[in-house]
Parts: sequence; C-alpha cells; structure tokens
Amino acid sequence: MMRSIGFNFIAPIFLATLLLWMQPAAAVEVERVMSPGGIEAWLVRDSSIPITALEFSFRDGGSTGDPKGKAGIANMASSLLDEGAGALDSQAFQGQLEDHAIRLSFAAGLETLRGSLKTLSQNRHKAVGLLRLALTQPRFDSDAVARIRQQIKVGLMRSETNPNSRASRIWRRAMFDDHPNGRPVSGTLASLAAITAEDLKHFAATRMTKDKLIIGAVGDINAKDLATLLDDVFSALPKSTAKTPEIAIASPRAQGNVYIVPMDIPQSVVLFGQPGLQRNDPDYYPAYVMNYILGGGGFASRLYNEVREKRGLVYSVYSHLNTMKTGPLISGGLATRNNQVVDALALVRAEWAKMRTQGVTSDELKRAKQHLNGAFPLRMSSTSSIARMLVGMQYENLGIDYLDRRAGFINKIKQTDITRAAKRLLDPDNLTVVIVGNPEKIKPTAKTPNIDR
Amino acid sequence: MRLFSRKTTPVFTPFIMGVLVLTISFLSPARGAIFNPEVFTLKNGMQVVVVSNHRVPVVTHMVWYKVGAMDEPPGKSGLAHYFEHLMFKGTDTLKPGDFSKIVAANGGRENAFTSQDYTGYYQSVAADRLALMMKIEANRMTRLVLTDDVIKPERQVILEERSSRTGNNPAAQLSEQISTALYMNHPYRIPIIGWAHEIEGLTLTDLTTFYRQWYRPNNAILVVSGDITAAQVRPLAEKYYGVIPAKPLPKRIDWQEPPLLTDRRVTLTHDRVRQPAWSRRYLAPSALYGNVTLTYPLQVLAEILSGGATSRLYKALVVEEKIAASAGAWYDSHARGPSIFGFYVSPAPDKQNSVKTAEQGVIAQIDKLIADGVTDVEVKKAIIRLQASAIYARDSYRTPAHILGSALAIGMSVSAVEAWPERIGAVTRADVNKAVAAIFKDKRSLTALLLPKRKSK
Repeated sequence: MMRSIGFNFIAPIFLATLLLWMQPAAAVEVERVMSPGGIEAWLVRDSSIPITALEFSFRDGGSTGDPKGKAGIANMASSLLDEGAGALDSQAFQGQLEDHAIRLSFAAGLETLRGSLKTLSQNRHKAVGLLRLALTQPRFDSDAVARIRQQIKVGLMRSETNPNSRASRIWRRAMFDDHPNGRPVSGTLASLAAITAEDLKHFAATRMTKDKLIIGAVGDINAKDLATLLDDVFSALPKSTAKTPEIAIASPRAQGNVYIVPMDIPQSVVLFGQPGLQRNDPDYYPAYVMNYILGGGGFASRLYNEVREKRGLVYSVYSHLNTMKTGPLISGGLATRNNQVVDALALVRAEWAKMRTQGVTSDELKRAKQHLNGAFPLRMSSTSSIARMLVGMQYENLGIDYLDRRAGFINKIKQTDITRAAKRLLDPDNLTVVIVGNPEKIKPTAKTPNIDR
Repeated sequence: MRLFSRKTTPVFTPFIMGVLVLTISFLSPARGAIFNPEVFTLKNGMQVVVVSNHRVPVVTHMVWYKVGAMDEPPGKSGLAHYFEHLMFKGTDTLKPGDFSKIVAANGGRENAFTSQDYTGYYQSVAADRLALMMKIEANRMTRLVLTDDVIKPERQVILEERSSRTGNNPAAQLSEQISTALYMNHPYRIPIIGWAHEIEGLTLTDLTTFYRQWYRPNNAILVVSGDITAAQVRPLAEKYYGVIPAKPLPKRIDWQEPPLLTDRRVTLTHDRVRQPAWSRRYLAPSALYGNVTLTYPLQVLAEILSGGATSRLYKALVVEEKIAASAGAWYDSHARGPSIFGFYVSPAPDKQNSVKTAEQGVIAQIDKLIADGVTDVEVKKAIIRLQASAIYARDSYRTPAHILGSALAIGMSVSAVEAWPERIGAVTRADVNKAVAAIFKDKRSLTALLLPKRKSK
C-alpha cells in the first residue's frame, strides 16, 4: 500500500546505504535455521519485547529485471502485494493487518524485491497467514491496480520538478544510458501507463521464487517456531523459474561530462561520480575506509570540512560508495547557491585529486578504523534493522560469522591499500556531473539525456 | 512539530528528516508500563531520565534544552537554530570541529535539532564511551567560545540550509506562509529556521546572550537510553553535569492565541508544482495548551480518520469515491503552544476540477463527522493500534529517549508519558465526539492550496 507518496520520498541511494554501512558488532548471536521444507533463515533471538520481525529479499526481484518499455513493474507489483490476496480484497486485507497492528510492507529496489513484517508476538499466527497470502495469492484487482498506478503517477509528477530527484534520475541515466540501472525504479509516466495486470501477475508468479529468497528473523521466537513459520509462509512459493531475466553487468560511463538542467531555483543541486567496485572486490574494504574519510563520514569527512565547515558553501556535501552488482559507483552530492557552484565543484575535484595522489594520513586511518568498528553496533537499532542486516549478510555472501570477522577486515587496511583503491577509483577529470539549477560561470559539455523515454 | 537538524549526511537529507520526525510523532508511547524509566534530579535542577535496553551494547545520550524558536526575541528569528549549529564549534578546551572528531573517532554518531519548543543534542555510542560523551557535552553547556570568525561561515551554511529546505521547495514555502496566516499572535507563526533577512542580521552578541540566558542545567534534561542503568548513570551525571551551577532563567512569555474569527485561504501558485495539494487546519489544544483533556480523544480521532488504508478518509476519498490519490489527517499533542488538527488531500490526477472535487470530498467528511460522530467500533480499533504502537516504540534503543526527552522538554511529566496507553484506552466514543464538537463545530479554519501555474486539469 502507498499512502502519502511524495511526502516520504527517499532517494534510491539511501536504500543502498543501509546495506553498505554494515559494520561488525558484538553481543548478538546469529543462528542458521533450516525448515523441514528446506527454507533457510538467519535468526537473532531477542525476548526483551514481545515482537517478531521478519525481513526478506528476492534476489533479482528489483527493477533492473523490468522489461524494456515497462520500467516500474517490480515497484508497482510490490505496492500491490498487500492490496488484496486470496479471498480478501484490498480493504479486507488491510483491515486485518490494521486490526492486529501488523506492520507489513514490500518495496522494490534496483536489484531486489524486499519484504518486511513486524508483529506483536500474540498476533504472529495471523501475520504469518496474511504474509503467505500476499506472497502466493496476490489478487491485483483492477480497482487496486488503478489506485496504485495513480499514486505512483502522482509521485512521478512531483519528482519531475523536484531538483533532487531530477538530478538523481538524470545522473543515473548519464552513467548507464540504456542499461536498466539507468531507469528509475518507479519507471516513467509512459512505462507506468504500459504496465498491465497481466504483467504484474507474471511478475508475482516468476520473480518471487524460493531459489531467490533470503530471510532474516529477529525477536522472541525460537528456532523451532521459526522453522514452522518459514514453511507456513514460504513453502507455497514456486521453487524456481525456468526463465529468469539475465541482467547484464553495466559499464558505467566515465566520460567526464557536465550536464546542466536549467531550473529556476536559488540553489543548484549537484551530483557527481564515476564507476565504483563490487562488494566482493579485493579493494572493497580499502575503498570503504577511503570513502569514509573522503565524504562518507558525515561531520568528520574531508569534504564536509573543506566545503562546509571552513567555507560555508553548503549545508550538505557527501560521497557515497554503491556496490550494486550490476553497476557499482562512487558518487557524491552537494547543494549551493548558483554563484558558488564552480567553487564548490573545484573543491570536490581537489579532494578527489588529493586522495588519489596523497592518500590518507596514519591519524586519519586510525580514526576511521575506530569509527567504523565502534559505530557498527549502532546499526542494530531495532529488531527490523538487525533482521535487514542478516538479509544483507546473506545477499553479499559474507558468511554467518561475518559479525565477528568484520573488524579484522577493517583493521588490516594500510595506508598503501587506500592509495591503491583511490588511484583505481578516483579520477577528478572524469567525474560525471549533473547540475540542476541556474549555475553561474559553468557551461554544459554534453546534451542532457532524455529521462522520459 | 518540525525539527531542523544541523548536520546532513547521505542519510540525513532534508527528505529523510521528514520521515524521522513522522516516526517520532507516530510512535507515541503505549500499554501499561511502557518504558519504565528511572528518573532523578541533580542538585542543580537538571532532570535525568534513564531507559534500559540491553539488546546491543550501545547507548543514546541526549541533552534537551527547554528553549526553542518560540523563545527568540522579536526580530531575531532563527537565533535558536543558528545557535544550535554553533554548539559544534570550539570551547575553552576543544578547538572548533574537535567535538565531532571525538565523537566520530569513538565510534559515535551524533546530531542536533531545533524545534519551536526545544533544542536537543545527542550521540549514539558504545556504552563504555558514555562518560566521554558526557564530559564533552557538559563542557559545551557553558564553555563555548564564540567569535565573529566562528559564526561567519556558519551563517552561510544556514542560509544554504534554508535554500535547501524552503527556497528550492514550493510546498515548504507554502507551509511557512500558512503558519503566518494561522497563528495571529503566537510565535509559532515564525519559521524555526528564521526569515532570511533576520538570519543575516543576527550578531555575535545576540548569540552569546541567548546562550548565557538559556543554556543552564536547570533548563536541561539528560536522557540516556540503551545498555545502561540509572545506578551507572547517576555518578557520571553528578560528576559532569552536577557541578555546573544553576542560574535564574529569563521569564517566559505565556503566549496565548486570540480567537480565530475569520476563515483563511492561502494559495501558492508555482510553476514547479505539477500536482496540486489541498489541506485544512484547525487550531487544537496540546498537552500544554488549552483544554488538555481533549488531547487523548483527538489522538484517537486522528487514528480513526487517518490510521491506514481502512481509515475513514483514505477509504472514502481514495478507495470508494476515487477522487484522491491520497488523503488523511494529522494531530500532534506534543507542543508547548496551540497545536493543529489538519486534513490533507492529494487530488486524483487526470480528472476535471480535481482540486475542487477533492476539497468538497474532505469537507463532506468533516461535516459528516460533526453531524454523526464516530462509532464504538472505530474507537475500539484505533485504541488497539495506538496501544500497539507503544510496544513497537520500545523496540529501538533510540525511540524511548526521543519520546521521553521531547515530552519532558515541553513540560510533560514522565508519569504522563507512562500513563499514555491507559489514558488512550479510557477514551470513549462520547469523548471523541465531544472533542470533535469542541474544535470543528462552528470553528474557523485555514485552507491551503498548492497549485500548478498552468491551469489544473
């Protein structure tokens, strides 16, 4: 269900961040649970409050699998899974969730389809039944399809003139061109209109299969009860699909172009970036630590210090590592008044160059390690956030003992590792830059790609 | 209540802040013993609240000051928020920027926020670093060193923040204009971040005076939640905060809003609006303003009207009549001053006269509510969901600190927070209907429209 679209807009980059910022921690014990029906989940038991949280993902269930011309299927299907299933129409289904205070939601990303269930343990049985229905017998009633299509449309129309979402969409298109990574998860007005109920049913029948499923559970549930729950919810899903969409690995462009999208606003929104590296790349940890020091570390980063703290040019400036399997990126953003864009961008390029040529100091590296290891348990802020972490660990094949091993990966990074990663990733002359606004003293070097096709 | 945050990271973009704030206001406390906080007061008057949650070995350490944008002198809008940013500069023992460096190097995450009612600072950190956080937080309570060189670049940062939030965003511009039209007298009429021309005029003297007047232990609340107990917190609190002397506080103005005698209509037509939006606001009591007994029925009412896909407004306007893409209501009782009970609708696209139709649809629902009231079943179901939200609120080590801190900062008691599920559970249909009559029947309101510049379809 989508209700207040537009108000709660979260840039796709944020979702990726959740997976990325996993750091090791202590004090939680991860169990592997295998159901009699052969469904696996990772579990962290916690009986301090009477809540059970379940998080799961279907690999390749995201928008990159949407067929050409029909971008937005995964997103639309995810919004409709809780809009009626089995004998329950939308109102009946939602009514049962609400009467039992069950929190159920689905969301499509670029790579995965995610589901999230949270219930008071006293209502667990009910929650399990509703989730099973949503996954295995979604109705896609025409009424609900029309309603959700309209809500997505309103969101798309709002984002057309929102400088942040416009910049993000154009930047992705500039990087990926026709590759599915360059398309918005929610599609375009044209592709949204082209999606039929048949497309949605086909999606549900083929993309949510047991072989793609990853599950994390947290709460006051023991392994035995979880095993039963897993079969109750997931056993009726198809085992696998004969035909899964092959998603090509994209080669993000690094052509160094500057795109300018005129918009009559006092402050330009600027995005910049270039190709990154995958999560399983040997240079991943050096790049991760490097990005923290460069601009990932919020208030202690070099970009923050140079662009905001010293000169007051921005409220927000950051860099970000995105390890998407089909097209990893290192990117960043800032927003500054139109006559400061050139200065702010020059500072970003200078920091990109400085990192590439000089690497980091031993003190910076020490502080970064202390932060990245020490802050890791902060991510475990709720049952759901721990369950999402368990899904992330499985998605990236990090191993069930990852929480114990992660600090080791970070601690062994040396300054030379960082310099190597920086030389490989950071190329200040080949940043792809998108500016939305009326920036002064800067000209575009290429024509802005059309994001509506 | 909108909060403004000093810092942005990829996670704390302005968009995300909105989400965080909603989370806080929806996760009001619930059934029976909710947080079971341990509470004590230091000799200098600083209140201390401790909520234990031992799942992960981390704590959230917060200091809330009972001063916000509404306490600014006339002509000095934005002062409380500007000052909040400056709390991250140097002190007598720390160089500018050191505070954040220390927090980061100790594996902490931090931020700060300013509302109309209060200002808060927090760090989340491993439990064994709590003493260090207290040491530096206590230090900046009274030992900040401000100079023109320190405040100058930060003013530019704040003007950029204002552009990001408001200048670039027509909906936020409308929101500012709405407050000026709805509140005739109360300082809630002035934006928290301040008017640009007044931000530009704030001086070092304004900032330091504000600091000396309000930043004192007897105007502050310490909240620690997570893997910790009151027995562990008390000696640390006494050591770091207990030694700071109390000081008399300025007299607060007891702002009252005169009766609203006229309906208002505020319209912003903007060429960057693609999708119109309609809303209506009525003034309403809050936990500290007006007829406080109405606040519990009003929370139940908001849940009945807007608590999900089967709630009244969504079901009627979106699902059945199909005249809206989304619709709902909102009410937040946590405020020092007069609150708002609001209705909103996002008209269905592709329809003739969509804004007018949607407006008429909501008004018909309000009229029906006034005429027929709510049902026992609606009240019962709303209570179940609200009470469950209190259990969910305990799930996070951070949420209890936010809820208790904001409640105490506006002047509520811990027992009022703890009694919330019980008081919500005691609400009857008659109570809700009485509240409906009190705030909607024959009452004036403000209607706001956000419209595309080209003719709406």
